[in-house]
Amino acid sequence: MVLPPPAPDHGGAAQPLLETRGLVKHFPIRGGLFGRQMGEVRAVDGVSLSVRKGETLGIVGESGCGKSTMARLLMRLLDPGAGEMIFDGEPVGRDDLAGGISLKEYRRQVQLVFQDSYASLNPRLPIEDSIAFAPEVHGVPAGEARERARELLAAVGLAPAQFARRYPHELSGGQRQRVNIARALALRPRLVILDEPVSALDKSVEAQVLNLLVDLKESFGLTYVFISHDLNVVQYISDRVLVMYLGQVAEEGPVDEIYARPAHPYTRALLASRPSMDPAQRRTEPPLTGDPPNPVNPPSGCRFRTRCPFAEAVCADVPPIAATLSPGHTAACHMALPGSGHSKAGGIAA
Amino acid sequence: MSAVLKPANEAPLIRLRDLHVRFESRDRTVHAVNGVDLDLAAGEVLCILGESGSGKSVTLRALMKLLPKTAKVTGEIQVAGRDVQAMNEGQLADFRGGDVAMIFQEPMTALDPVFTIGRQIAETVQRHEGASRSTADARALELLELVQIPSAKRRLSAYPHELSGGLRQRAMIAVALACRPKLLLADEPTTALDATVQIQVLLLLRSLQEQLGMGVVFVTHDLGVAGEIADRVAVMYAGKVVEEGPVGALMAGPLHPYAKGLLGATVHAGMRGKRLTTIPGAPPMLDKVPTGCAFAPRCPELIDCCHNGVPMLKPFGPDRLARCIRVAARAAQGEK
Repeated sequence: MVLPPPAPDHGGAAQPLLETRGLVKHFPIRGGLFGRQMGEVRAVDGVSLSVRKGETLGIVGESGCGKSTMARLLMRLLDPGAGEMIFDGEPVGRDDLAGGISLKEYRRQVQLVFQDSYASLNPRLPIEDSIAFAPEVHGVPAGEARERARELLAAVGLAPAQFARRYPHELSGGQRQRVNIARALALRPRLVILDEPVSALDKSVEAQVLNLLVDLKESFGLTYVFISHDLNVVQYISDRVLVMYLGQVAEEGPVDEIYARPAHPYTRALLASRPSMDPAQRRTEPPLTGDPPNPVNPPSGCRFRTRCPFAEAVCADVPPIAATLSPGHTAACHMALPGSGHSKAGGIAA
Repeated sequence: MSAVLKPANEAPLIRLRDLHVRFESRDRTVHAVNGVDLDLAAGEVLCILGESGSGKSVTLRALMKLLPKTAKVTGEIQVAGRDVQAMNEGQLADFRGGDVAMIFQEPMTALDPVFTIGRQIAETVQRHEGASRSTADARALELLELVQIPSAKRRLSAYPHELSGGLRQRAMIAVALACRPKLLLADEPTTALDATVQIQVLLLLRSLQEQLGMGVVFVTHDLGVAGEIADRVAVMYAGKVVEEGPVGALMAGPLHPYAKGLLGATVHAGMRGKRLTTIPGAPPMLDKVPTGCAFAPRCPELIDCCHNGVPMLKPFGPDRLARCIRVAARAAQGEK
């Protein structure tokens, strides 16, 4: 076994592995003669979340809700416009402070797996070299890094003798995704962010990769943030779920709570939009009409109000704050918050 | 029923016999479709279900003779009573968009970016029916209303990029329906859409199909989508139909080991904490035509005989078919 152990735990099991507070990322839209800023895409607009040690946090939402921007922010491939990130008690990127963690060290402990398995591998490197690349950058001798790569290939179910010297184009999509997962594990991270890792795969392969992710989490002692638009997959793999809508958190809670007792009208509509798998129970009315609005000019107040069947005047005026429905289960909806001024206020909590 | 709508006649719409499609290039040959027989009655919705490389989209495109020149197509292809293979370019131009229309996964590449939505619909009507510009424009408005585009009148003068994904998909459906086709071919039209929009488009397609009495062939890899829209499902693997039957029966109890594996591997509610059943390995490369059962290398029910020749698509009960010697043997035993 040449794989080193992961970095040691700091704050104990009760301290969240990763916390964000009010994370914001706006992208300017430039145009006109001098590249003037015409507006901004409010991709992530004040997201606070916490990832507990050893859990899988699922993030679901539709396109444009900011889930992929969230993945890149969590990995610090993007700098947040505002907000803080705290990794196991240490402010991220604040190594100037006592007790802060540098970005280099943070990126060693946090790794990201992308949706597009082909674009995320160097086409000119045999997969073994791709996996060994990061350890070498971090100072592991070449021979040892190579040995580590082979061990990881075996761990993700690709026989090293057969696959190590192959190039990405010689592999199927599922095999390539296994390589990406192996590469993400090469630095022994504590947190792995999975951005739509199975969305591009066929169903039969998707199941193989999901089983693998469950196994690796156990054997490598990992914590996952699993980002997907597929509600069934998120339900299968997550312990807790965060539902995003237009750059904000609509609802958050334990997976069984969210799926059995969704409180936010958006979550309910999203769950009801799943095809039934049973032709005898076909729907006749869609749960929602229209498309998600453009995140450039999100609606005032509650961002879901333009598609919400329960919207009232208060929804346009006041952005809802997260109301606690049961321990760990919160929903940002005026109906969930007693005394909010909505005629159904407090009606959901019961 | 509006003037746009006219029920289709009752003759069988598609008769496909022993369809083979082979792609030949200098480097390699790919046997994409290896003997597909399909029938579609008027007003019926058939889903072709399969994973990437199963030949489902190639089969669909062959029905409209839309395959590139490198494709070698053999077999009998009859659509709406006409021999598609024998048609020349002029006949095809009348046929496509007239009797048969197709919708695609990506509306942005299917619609022309430099013409308004209204113009693209009206153009189709003018081309196929020789209608005047004003009649065609009126029909365009009627069609946009038919596909439930809000403020349709304003949207007539919109360009494709000005519409959201869901509206673009509806606009493409409107173009396809412009000349009241008897047959609509749909190639994963909801795959790129968000969950809340996908269900809207599926419900729209189903209600349009019922209103217009169209036959629909719907290609998808998504079992849930098939469950929402299909009357009948054909499961394809390695260029062949391996199982066919009514959607309810097939989803409740698949016969072929591949269909079973596919259903078992599809994540749905209530599987939390359980290990997912998977199909080991990967589909064959199709550089050569499979000589035995193409699924044999991945099959949990494999016996020696599976390699001896390609199994036949055998009936199982009144309305189901499966291409597996084990299923056939079990059926024979059951009858004794």
